[in-house]
Amino acid sequence: MFRLLASTGITSLLIFYCFGEVSAQDAQPSDDEVNTIAKQLYCPVCENVPLDVCGTKACAQWRDDISDKLADGWNEEQIKQYFSDRYGIRVLAHPPTQGFNMLFWLLPPVSIIIAWFLVLRTNHNIFRKKHMYKQSIAKQVRAEEYIGQLENDLEQWR
Amino acid sequence: MLALLCAIYAATVSLSVARSDRLKWVDSARNAAIAVWPLLTFACFCMTYLLINERFEIEYVARVSSHAMPWYLKATALWGGQAGSLLFWAWLMSTYTALVMLRNWHNERDMQPFVIASTMTTLAFFIGLNVFVENPFTKLWIDQSGHIQASFLAPPGAKPFVPNDGQGLNPLLRHPGMIIHPPMLYLGFVGFVVPYSFAIAALAIGRTDNLWIRVTRRWTLIAWLFLSLGLLLGSRWAYDVLGWGGYWGWDPVEIAAFMPWLTGTAFLHSVMIQEKLGMFKRWNMILIILTYALVIFGTFLTRSGVLSSVHAFALSAIGPLFFVFIGITFTISLTLLFKGWNRLDSENILTSWLSREGLFLLNNLLFMGILLACFWGVIYPIISELVTGQKVTVGPPFYERTTGPQFAALLLLMGIAPLTAWRVTTARRLGKIIWKPTVFSLIFPVYALTTGTTNAVALLSLWLAAFVLCVTLYEFYRGASARRKATGGNLLSSLWNMIARNRRRYGGYVIHLGVIFMAVGIIGIEMFQAETQGTLAYGEQINIENYVMIYNKIEEFDTEDNRRVTRAIVSVYKDDKFVAELYPRRDFYVDSQQPMTIPGLYSTLEGDFYVLLVDWKPIGTESATFKIYLNPLMNWLWFGGFIFILGTLVAAWPNRGPSLYRQSTSLSVNPPDIVL
Repeated sequence: MFRLLASTGITSLLIFYCFGEVSAQDAQPSDDEVNTIAKQLYCPVCENVPLDVCGTKACAQWRDDISDKLADGWNEEQIKQYFSDRYGIRVLAHPPTQGFNMLFWLLPPVSIIIAWFLVLRTNHNIFRKKHMYKQSIAKQVRAEEYIGQLENDLEQWR
Repeated sequence: MLALLCAIYAATVSLSVARSDRLKWVDSARNAAIAVWPLLTFACFCMTYLLINERFEIEYVARVSSHAMPWYLKATALWGGQAGSLLFWAWLMSTYTALVMLRNWHNERDMQPFVIASTMTTLAFFIGLNVFVENPFTKLWIDQSGHIQASFLAPPGAKPFVPNDGQGLNPLLRHPGMIIHPPMLYLGFVGFVVPYSFAIAALAIGRTDNLWIRVTRRWTLIAWLFLSLGLLLGSRWAYDVLGWGGYWGWDPVEIAAFMPWLTGTAFLHSVMIQEKLGMFKRWNMILIILTYALVIFGTFLTRSGVLSSVHAFALSAIGPLFFVFIGITFTISLTLLFKGWNRLDSENILTSWLSREGLFLLNNLLFMGILLACFWGVIYPIISELVTGQKVTVGPPFYERTTGPQFAALLLLMGIAPLTAWRVTTARRLGKIIWKPTVFSLIFPVYALTTGTTNAVALLSLWLAAFVLCVTLYEFYRGASARRKATGGNLLSSLWNMIARNRRRYGGYVIHLGVIFMAVGIIGIEMFQAETQGTLAYGEQINIENYVMIYNKIEEFDTEDNRRVTRAIVSVYKDDKFVAELYPRRDFYVDSQQPMTIPGLYSTLEGDFYVLLVDWKPIGTESATFKIYLNPLMNWLWFGGFIFILGTLVAAWPNRGPSLYRQSTSLSVNPPDIVL
C-alpha cells in the first residue's frame, strides 16, 4: 500500500514538474506582444508618455505586469481594464465614452456640423440668386477673350 | 527696466494721441518703440556673456549651464530656461517691431499709433514678466544660517554665493537642434504680432480696404516661414533624440505651436480672396485675431506648467498673468471686431461652390475643423480635472482619427482649387482640365497594389497625394507651355521666367509640392511602420521584415563633457546583403544623472532602419535589448520640408521691376498674372 502511494505521488510530482515547466515556457510573451498593449497605455507619472517608451522604474514594473498577465492568459481588453481600474482612466489613450466624457466625443463633430450649417445658410443666396448671374457668365466669356488679347499685346510691348 | 519704460511710454503716448494730428508725439512714441531694441540687445548680450563665462553666481546661469557644456551650448542656453527664453522672446519681438517702425509710414499715418500701441503693449507684457516675475539676472545669496536663495537685491545679512558648477541643460536639450529650433519657433510666433497689430489698427480706425493686408503680406509670410521651419526642425529633433521612432507625438506643447500655424495658413490663403474680390473680410479678421491669441495661448500652455510635456518648462507663477493678458487682449480684439462687423461686409457674394473663392471657403472651414479638434484635445484634460477631479489623457489616436480625414480633404482641395476659376467654374470645364492628371495619378495606387499594398486607406491616401502632385505639375506645365508659345523660348526658360514673374502664385505651388512630399512621408510612417524589440547576446540576430540585425559588440567610455557612453555595434543586412554598421548608444550625463538614448540610423529614400538601445534593461556583453523601427518613406518628409521652405522663400521674394496693383472687380475670371 505504502509503495503504491509513494510511486503515485512521485509520478504525479514528475508529471506536474514536466507539464508545469512546459506550460510556463510556452506562455512567456515576447517583448512585441507586451509593447502592443503597452503602447495603448500611458504613464501616470510622466504624463503623455506611452508605456512602451517610458524609461522609469514604475513603467518597467508595469510592463512586467503586462507580461505576467499575458502569460496568465489575460487578453488586451482585460489588461487595459485592470490598469484603468487600478490607476484611473488617465492611463488610457483617450477618455472612455461614458458620463461627462461623452462631451469629449460629441463636441467636435456637433460643432463642425453646426459651423458647416451656418456657413451654408449664410451663403444660401447662391441658389436663390444664381439665375441672376447667367448673364454675368456671358460677360465673363467676353472678358476672357479681352484678357487674352490684352496679355498678347502686353507681351509684344515687352 | 529701461526697455519696459520705453515700451509703456510708446504704448500709452501713441494711444492717447491716436485720433489727433499731434504727429510729433506719434514720432516720439515710434522712437521709444525703436529704442527698446538696443536696450534688449544689450540685456541679451550681457546674459550670453555671463553664460559663456560660467558666472554661476547668477541663478539662471547656475541652472542651465555647467563646466562640461561646450561653448555653443552655453550660448544657446540663453533660451534653455524660462527666464532666459522670455528675454530672448522679447528681444526677437523688439527686433520685428523696430523694423516695422523704421519703414515708411507715409500711406499709413492713421494706422501708425494703433500699431505702435498694439505691438508695444504685447512687448511690455513680456518685458514686464522678465523684470518682475522671471528675472534672469537674479543672483544667488547665502545667509548666515547657510540657506541659499535667489534674488535681484541682496537679502539682509547675506553674501553672494558662487556654486562650483552649474546644473547644465537637460540632456534632451544638448543637441544641435537646440541651436536653431527655438529661435525659429519664436521668430514665427512673434512675427504674427505685426499683421495682428495692423488688423487691430484697421478695425480701430474703421478702414475696410485691403491696405493692412498689402502692407503686412510679406511680414506674415516670413512669420509663417519661421513657424513652419521651427515645427519641421522640432520634428527632426524629436526623431533624433526622443527615442520612440517618431517625428510627431501629438504632445500638447507640439499642438500648441501647431495651432497658430493652422490659422496662419488659413489666413494666408483667405487674404487672397479679399485682395481679389473684396470678400472674406470678417474671416480674415477672425483668423488673424485667432492666430495672435493662439500664439499667446501656446506660450501660456508651455510656460505655466498647466500641462506636462517633454517640451514644457516647469511650473511657474507666470501662468495666471498670461491668462489675464490673453483674456484682456482677446476681449479687446473681439470688441473691436464686433463694433466694425457691419463695415466688413463683402463687396461680392459667393455665386458658386465650384469657384476658387468657394473652395477657399471650404479650405477655411477645414482648417478651423482641424484647429477645433486640436484645441479640444489639448484643453479637455484641464477641463476634466477642473469639473470632475479626474485626470484624462488624450493621445495620438484621437488626433489622428479627427484630423486625418480633414487633412485628406485639404489635400483634395489643394488639387482642385488651382484649376477653378474666380466667380464660377462649370463642372464640365473643370472636368476638361482635370481628367488628364487624374488618370495619370491612378498609376501610383495601381503600382502600390502590385507591390502588395492592400490597405484601402493607404491606397486612397497615396492616390490623393499622387493626384495633387499631377495637378500641380500640370499647372506648371500648362503655364510654361503657354509662355513658350507666346515668347518662343524653350520650356525650361519659359518655366523660370514664369515663376520669376509671378512668385507669389508659383511659390505657392512649390509649397504645395513640398506638402505633397511630406504627405507621402507621413503616409509611409503612419500606415506602414513596423517595429520589434528583442534581447540579444553577442552574435545573435533579430529579424524584421526583410532586414536582419546582428549584435556584434558593446563599448563603454567617458567623454570630455562628462558623459558615460554605452555604445552598441550592430550590423544590418537587407535581403541578405550587408548595408550598414550602426552605433545605437546610451549617453549618461553624470552631472544631471540623466540618460539619453541616441538611435542608430540607416536612411534611404525607401525608408529608415532605426535602432535604439533599450536603456531600462541590462546592457552588457551577455545581452542587450534593442528596439527597431522600420519607417518607410520617412525621408520624403524631410525632403518635402526642404521644398516647402524653398517655395515659401520664392513666394516671399520681391518681384522684379515695377508692380501694378489692380482694384478688386466683381467680374473677374482667371485674372492674369500681371497686376494692374
